[in-house]
Amino acid sequence: MDSDEENQPWIPLSQRLEWSDVTPVPQNDGPNPVVPIAYQDHFTETMDYFRAIFQAHERSPRALGLTSEAILLNPGHYTVWQFRRLVLEALSVDLHGELDFTETIAKGNSKNYQLWVKKSFLAISSLVSNISADTYRHHRRWVAEKLGTTATSKELEFTKKILSLDAKHYHAWSHRQWVLQALGGWEDELNYCDDLIEEDVFNNSAWNQRYFVITRSPLLGGLNAMRESEVKYTVNAIIARPENESSWRYLRGLYRDDNQSWVNAPAVSSICLKVLSTKTNHVFALSTLLDLISHGFHPSQELRDIVNALSTPESDSDLARTVCTVLEDEDPIRADYWKWRKSKLPQVS
Amino acid sequence: MESETQVVPTVTEREQWMVENDVFHVYDLFANAPRNVKPQLLKLRREKHLEYLNGGLRYLGPSFCVLDANRPWLCYWILHSLALLGEPLDAGLESKTIDFLGRCQDQEGGYGGGPGQASKISKLYTFLLQMKHPSGGFRMHDGGEIDVRACYTAISVASILNILDDELVHNVGNYILSCQTYEGGIAGEPSSEAHGGYTFCGLATMILINEVNRLDLTRLIDWLVFRQGRECGFQGRTNKLVDGCYSFWQGGSFALLRRVGSLIDAQLVMPDAGEHCTVSGTPKQGEILEGTSSQVDKTSQFRQGGLNGSCRVNYNDIGHSFISTCPLLEPLFNSSALQQYILLCSQVQEGGLRDKPGKSRDYYHTCYCLSGLSVCQYYQSEDDEALPSRSAVLGPYSNQLEPVHPLFNVVLKQYYEAHEFFRRQ
Repeated sequence: MDSDEENQPWIPLSQRLEWSDVTPVPQNDGPNPVVPIAYQDHFTETMDYFRAIFQAHERSPRALGLTSEAILLNPGHYTVWQFRRLVLEALSVDLHGELDFTETIAKGNSKNYQLWVKKSFLAISSLVSNISADTYRHHRRWVAEKLGTTATSKELEFTKKILSLDAKHYHAWSHRQWVLQALGGWEDELNYCDDLIEEDVFNNSAWNQRYFVITRSPLLGGLNAMRESEVKYTVNAIIARPENESSWRYLRGLYRDDNQSWVNAPAVSSICLKVLSTKTNHVFALSTLLDLISHGFHPSQELRDIVNALSTPESDSDLARTVCTVLEDEDPIRADYWKWRKSKLPQVS
Repeated sequence: MESETQVVPTVTEREQWMVENDVFHVYDLFANAPRNVKPQLLKLRREKHLEYLNGGLRYLGPSFCVLDANRPWLCYWILHSLALLGEPLDAGLESKTIDFLGRCQDQEGGYGGGPGQASKISKLYTFLLQMKHPSGGFRMHDGGEIDVRACYTAISVASILNILDDELVHNVGNYILSCQTYEGGIAGEPSSEAHGGYTFCGLATMILINEVNRLDLTRLIDWLVFRQGRECGFQGRTNKLVDGCYSFWQGGSFALLRRVGSLIDAQLVMPDAGEHCTVSGTPKQGEILEGTSSQVDKTSQFRQGGLNGSCRVNYNDIGHSFISTCPLLEPLFNSSALQQYILLCSQVQEGGLRDKPGKSRDYYHTCYCLSGLSVCQYYQSEDDEALPSRSAVLGPYSNQLEPVHPLFNVVLKQYYEAHEFFRRQ
């Protein structure tokens, strides 16, 4: 598609027969515009013709074609996308082709986007570039919604492709979640999460998706039914990489609705103990312990001893305070936070 | 240490190490610089930034075609940056901008991304109502996506324009609440991943509609504090890379939290009294606060609506009373580390600010890095209108910026002017 574009010279709309009846409408920027953009001629002309058919509410194949051209020039142009949907609807166009078109946009536009980000359209992450990712995703959702379950596998494949380029692409994940909830296709989703987490255990988006699957999939029994096996899975991930915040947060999330079980779960206190006894990478073990204690957990003597061993001589009789003191020391960027947490602990007499 | 365990580094680790390398290299250069040079290195290049910003108001190259649908936002990025730098806008430029933005407003009352484009969010109340979805969320534009950012846009605009009422507020809190994730931060939509930009938007929205006590603030803070890393700047999501723009999105959330200190205290005392766990349940406003009324202090105005649904709240006063609330003075994030990241890693010597070393400057990052820098400087002030203390400003004191209203990210002076103006309408 890229090479096609480069080989074929752009024919100005004013020279195309099918547009001879249309009077282009120039953008009315006023006499002294601010943030004026030095549009290239073909951008200006395309948008001038777009404005003409937009204002005339034209619903025609040529209007559809023109939106394609305009979108290729600026995929973030939500008005053009919105107009395109109106045309697609009016013309009853086969929307399978529309999915192909959007795919072309996703791939072919890397050229334009390199001006903004070094990566392709699919892999951009800053909020600015997300504007177009957002508009794009919204359109894709609209099309898939019209197509219904016939689009399921295509959409799951499509998002998978994007995620293979950027495993944390916010909008790809969002679209994938929508597809699963609206169209189904849950069967392999937990395996997919397994694969991604195995590939990169620090991929927080994959953990987030895992949480989505275990809490929302109609094929699984929900959080309560999944908790035991998920705790086991997560504990293993923590043992492998105790410095990984994603797995710790996921573990906490498994008890989101149920602080009582959180406090009473032997697996939780024992993973803290296990990580603390290795004497490295234990910021999350300590903060988890603090969270447990603040919810009423009574630490064992073994846990107390191991925490006290980490602290400098002036260890406190109150374990939560000791935990905060150790964290102040070992997690210097958050020293103020741990100091504040300590100040909020209930006073022990 | 990694090599000892012989684990093959993952994509996340490799990218993280590369960034840490770049950042620590910058910090090493700084650490080894002669004493008298250091203040120079930490200096905010005001003149250069002004040059870059003023240039953009007058001319943007062809590469900006992809932002053709975001020109009002470009105006904001640039004008807000100029305001932060304390640069008065000359009368000619001001009227030009008003004229231009006027052209972006369409017949339906909303503003579009450029002249003649469809409305996004309107100053007109009816338009905002049209964008409202039964779920409580707002759409970004007609037929557009519903998300937390759109909720914030609608609610904050309505609040500043003095048109926020029950009908606009209805169910918004439920929608935002459904977006707080198991991690503690807020996502763009229910079930998505917790994210700095949406966390700011969600938190600010909840404050503006007087329902912030419904969020699990303890978990929110726990998530937020871990977004600041060894690089000293903020990342947007767990295990993602540092990015200068989150200096405001995450830093701004801290600026918001320091004014809801008593609510945080209440939740810390009763950790199980949250509503966050029920995604679809009926909201039970204020149950968190019952029984903790002994802790009422200056933030009491933020409790009323939460305490009792029948208690009338004038939503339009919230933004104003918020900044006169007595703030929490203990810092929760490392402000001087963040300033170091912004000045040494995000600042481009030729003008403008950026995501991280190796990236190019742009107006978006310039706006949000400077906004974050301002938040840092005033983070420990008791009174946002007073000048920050010498020790709160990293580098020469001339780095000092104008303070912002953290709910709107508008320079405080301009906020007061707007508030006064619309109050009289």
